[in-house]
Amino acid sequence: MSQKVLDALKAKFPDAVVRTGTSHTDDIVWVKREPLLEVATWLKTDPAMLFDAPVFATCIDWLDWKPLGRPPSEHWNDTKPRFTVCYQLRSTAHKHRLRVEVELPENDVRCPSLASLWPAFDWQERETFDMYGVQFDNHPDLRRIYMYEEFVGYPLRKDYPKEKRQPLVRRDDLPLNPLKRTPDHG
Amino acid sequence: MGVELATTRLDLAAQWAKDGKVARATNWGRKFSLFTYPFVTACCGMEFMSVAGPKYDIARFGAEFPRFSPRQSDLLMVVGTITEKQGPALKRVFDQMAEPKWVIAFGVCASTGGFYQNYSAMPGCDQVIPVDVYIPGCPPRPEQVLDALIMLMDRVQEGRGHSQLRVKQEQAIAAQNEE
Repeated sequence: MSQKVLDALKAKFPDAVVRTGTSHTDDIVWVKREPLLEVATWLKTDPAMLFDAPVFATCIDWLDWKPLGRPPSEHWNDTKPRFTVCYQLRSTAHKHRLRVEVELPENDVRCPSLASLWPAFDWQERETFDMYGVQFDNHPDLRRIYMYEEFVGYPLRKDYPKEKRQPLVRRDDLPLNPLKRTPDHG
Repeated sequence: MGVELATTRLDLAAQWAKDGKVARATNWGRKFSLFTYPFVTACCGMEFMSVAGPKYDIARFGAEFPRFSPRQSDLLMVVGTITEKQGPALKRVFDQMAEPKWVIAFGVCASTGGFYQNYSAMPGCDQVIPVDVYIPGCPPRPEQVLDALIMLMDRVQEGRGHSQLRVKQEQAIAAQNEE
């Protein structure tokens, strides 16, 4: 669909672009972490690109992910970084879409923030930080947005036990055994 | 009962108080004038509106007037999912209500957490506040809500609400300490 965008990106930033691809008619470009801001600035301002509409920003946790019924390929092997941060962009002028993905290793989950280019990514990056613990550099206000400050850990990471609650408040008169009936509560 | 209890004679009033008639009359008045505080957080709120609307008409039972200040209400209706983040707010609202007060958990989410079995949803609002009547259903039918309200009214009349029992318990302990 937007093959010319991918071609232009590869011609303009041969060192920054890791690879390109297409998934379910969405064109994807994998970009290295360090030149991400430069690439994004060019995508927003270049007259032939003009990606002015940010659609979403999120993250993928690839922990223990195995492709169903497929042997390990060049796109998937044990050295693949654990996290992928995705930025979906759209241009209302040229009607094309592009997904920019950045792969982050498990031991250094940092990514440049794009909130300065598209302010709508401000809260989306906060959500990504809240749920996956991705540290966005130069983000204006990187705090938790859904969970409370006292919450420890990042709940949407695959290694977080999904039913592990971290209560803020509980009744002090709860009996140890909830099924035990006292005369007052019978 | 109200006519029966009207008197200007002090000795008669004292005798009635000893018999527990005053408490019974007070509870009779309380159960027909429940002021609800709707703590609406989720889709069950639609069903609460249906109960409060003219078709099912909770006003028939004297509980029609939602007060949006906890200080003016005595029946807390927890309508919808309670998250762990919301727990302190719910406890604060409950603590601000004047005694005696009653709580209805409206729907399975408020009663047990429902189908939310995850890190963010609280497994029932009774983890934080004492609940008098639980209403199952996702969401419950208005008839169930009215049934629960009638059950609560029986509890109020018999003085078996959580806050009523606590007052009784405190009075018993105080009497024991005096002896």
